[in-house]
Amino acid sequence: MKVKLKVWRQKSANSPGGFKAYATPELNPNMSFLEMLDVVNEDLTRQGEEPIAFDHDCREGICGSCSLVINGKPHGPHRSVATCQTYLRSFQDGDEIVVEPFRARAFPLIKDLIVSRQAFDRIIQAGGFISVRTGSAPDANALPVPKDKADLAMDAAQCIGCGACVAACKNASAMLFVAAKASHLNLLPQGQPERFRRARALVEQMDREGFGSCTVTASCEAVCPKNISLQFIAKMNRDYGLGLLRGR
Amino acid sequence: MKLDARIPSGPLAQKWDKYQFEARLVNPANKRKYEIIVVGAGLAGASAAATLAELGYQVKNFVFHDSPRRAHSIAAQGGINAAKNYQNDGDSVYRLFYDTIKGGDFRSREANVFRLAEVSVNIIDQCVAQGVPFAREYGGLLDNRSFGGAQVSRTFYARGQTGQQLLLGACSALSRQIGLGAVQSFTHSEMLDLVVVDGHAKGIIVRNLITGEITRHAADAVVLATGGYGNVFHLSTYARGSNATAIWRAYKRGACFGNPCFTQIHPTCIPVSGDYQSKLTLMSESLRNDGRIWVPKKTGDQRPPSQIPEAERDYYLERMYPSFGNLAPRDISSRAAKRVCDEGRGVGEFGRGVYLDFSDAIERLGVATVRERYGNLFDIYKEITDEDAYQVPMRIYPAMHYTMGGLWVDYNLMSNVPGLFVLGEANFSDHGANRLGASALMQGLADGYFVIPYTIGNYLATQKPDQRPKASHAAYQEAEENVRRLTKRLLDCKGKRTVDSFHKELGKVLWEHCGMGRTKAGLEKALKLIPALREEYWKNVNVPGEEGDLNQSLERAGRVADFLELAELLCRDALHREESCGGHFREEHQYPDGEAKRDDERFAYVAAWEYAGPDRAPVLNQEPLVYEEVKMSTRSYK
Repeated sequence: MKVKLKVWRQKSANSPGGFKAYATPELNPNMSFLEMLDVVNEDLTRQGEEPIAFDHDCREGICGSCSLVINGKPHGPHRSVATCQTYLRSFQDGDEIVVEPFRARAFPLIKDLIVSRQAFDRIIQAGGFISVRTGSAPDANALPVPKDKADLAMDAAQCIGCGACVAACKNASAMLFVAAKASHLNLLPQGQPERFRRARALVEQMDREGFGSCTVTASCEAVCPKNISLQFIAKMNRDYGLGLLRGR
Repeated sequence: MKLDARIPSGPLAQKWDKYQFEARLVNPANKRKYEIIVVGAGLAGASAAATLAELGYQVKNFVFHDSPRRAHSIAAQGGINAAKNYQNDGDSVYRLFYDTIKGGDFRSREANVFRLAEVSVNIIDQCVAQGVPFAREYGGLLDNRSFGGAQVSRTFYARGQTGQQLLLGACSALSRQIGLGAVQSFTHSEMLDLVVVDGHAKGIIVRNLITGEITRHAADAVVLATGGYGNVFHLSTYARGSNATAIWRAYKRGACFGNPCFTQIHPTCIPVSGDYQSKLTLMSESLRNDGRIWVPKKTGDQRPPSQIPEAERDYYLERMYPSFGNLAPRDISSRAAKRVCDEGRGVGEFGRGVYLDFSDAIERLGVATVRERYGNLFDIYKEITDEDAYQVPMRIYPAMHYTMGGLWVDYNLMSNVPGLFVLGEANFSDHGANRLGASALMQGLADGYFVIPYTIGNYLATQKPDQRPKASHAAYQEAEENVRRLTKRLLDCKGKRTVDSFHKELGKVLWEHCGMGRTKAGLEKALKLIPALREEYWKNVNVPGEEGDLNQSLERAGRVADFLELAELLCRDALHREESCGGHFREEHQYPDGEAKRDDERFAYVAAWEYAGPDRAPVLNQEPLVYEEVKMSTRSYK
């Protein structure tokens, strides 16, 4: 099979960008989408053109490096997978595929398809942790955690921090990401002492980073490669609100 | 060179306690006067950077990723071992120690492994306190599963994403320290050289991967936690960005490289499907708890698996290793798979695959339980192969997965270059010739949380506070020029072949001649092919783009240049080690039944290779492995 690509090219944050068309050589339907970009880049290199810059690393859907909006959808046509887990068998021979970066004011573009998602890191640095010093922990079984609580915390903790939720949202809101981080820790008994402070610190840093507000369109949930549920946003809002009321 | 492992004297079980008491301390007011560079933020790097900052040191952390939490520890699936004995099934620190020593085929250092087993219990406590959502039983206490090479259940897990959860835990501790200003975080920053001043490691040279800017960083000590070098094989389960550049350039500055030929090929990966492939995907070893591995008894049997009757199937691991069965260690399982495929009994399009079958488990436990245990792995398998493993058996084949070898370190985890510490997969120390499943996560976190905080103080106490060299010192200048020269040389080549085409070719040479089965003739051939390929590389590589810009081709070009050198050392080490042990299988050295034949008379030592200059053969140093407690014996899983 072959496909026609329209790829966003932009030299740097300050230079203008635009779509460029590329015809691919013969491809194997079992190739991953990123392997297809590898093939195109090899061709570009041989032709003396600069290859397309894109983020990727583990290529098994867990590091959260890969991004890309494919035909208007972050992480491509399928639910519950990242771009690196998207395979060409999801497309037809001769398809035109439009490839863009994740776009949001809080994710400034670096080059071509690469954007900076460091706002996420600063949010975590503001409160996405349990304050525990190495060496001070009690025995791991000293504090039983009900299985359903642990499972629910794990559902939230699966977030890979890719930013697809922001890219899908018309307001570029980071609520799903922040709610996943807050809920993971706030659901567990270990997270209770800092629960309200954590929710406030995370939300306030999110606002400082310039993400938009949540209007509950649920587009984030629809594109999340790890199926993070909208219910965590409700949980976080509750902790945030209670934190405000209690003055913590 | 005489290598001193600095193992404390006294009985094995008391060495670490003794060390901790005797180690020199840095007083709290002085700690902030020391700067420590930590390169990498996987389990070892993130836990080290966070813990050292908590102690009061000034820490700078460097990662080539856009964020510390992207490191490839995140992809570890199955679990982490600890000698908690929560299952009451006979586990103990000593048993974990012994399993690890035996699993490593008696080629690891006794004292280091014992310490690892000792601190393993603290790791679980630490992770739970951080909020790592480990699997629980209904009573709310922690659950365990079994892993290869052990007959007890000591593996803690968080679904199939244990590495992710442990890394998010370690990175949350790191993030907290960054937020407090105790750690300076440098992202998109790749270490390209080590600076050695008067024989001590005192800094690094870094390229900013967005702007191309080259900067010098001085420190009182340098900690490398940059992972393994398995991507030298091109196709592997590593992340695409995983590389050996930091440790290789440290090697070229004098740090010895320990046992480079000890590489691990993991038995359960999705088979290669085509030439375009960029990486291989692991199917967690935990699947072997319930999956049964088999191939047809007849060669060339093309029937679909459902039509091959029970009597015509060969459950070869259960047949050959009845007491460990499908949970035989990785090196042994991988070789067994290769052997049945070499016999023409492999399955799948290219005949390089074996079945991992869950039909018995589904019958015994029900689909729901199997889905709960392994659902995400079955999903990954479906995405990649378009096959439903609940209906048809998975096809798996061994793939490059981990490197036991790495920079040589002493009991302090310090290399032979004073002030240079090496943690996690980047060092050689704990896994001998073969690593057991769920032990990499244990080692990374042991090194970072519980070993380096003690041992680095023991070094820093010998260095005067606030006396580190200035970055204007000639050694930094020289290292920076070295980096600039290398970058320019790569960009000026303007040849015809892409970086990836060289990497692929190198990978094929290594897989064929230095993979699961190694021979003298094959290794000698590889030692001719690799230098020739390297020579062509420097004449004919095509690196597009510019230096002062984000340039992914240039990043890869530097890493592949290092792989082209490291590959030669790997083969040289494999050629010199005239024995079979663990993941290193020399076909000349085997028992009639095909098991590895170790030679303790001649090879019970760590091969620590020392760089001797660009066109000179490296020098082989030996650290004898003296076992005070354990008797070296033939490793049997039958």
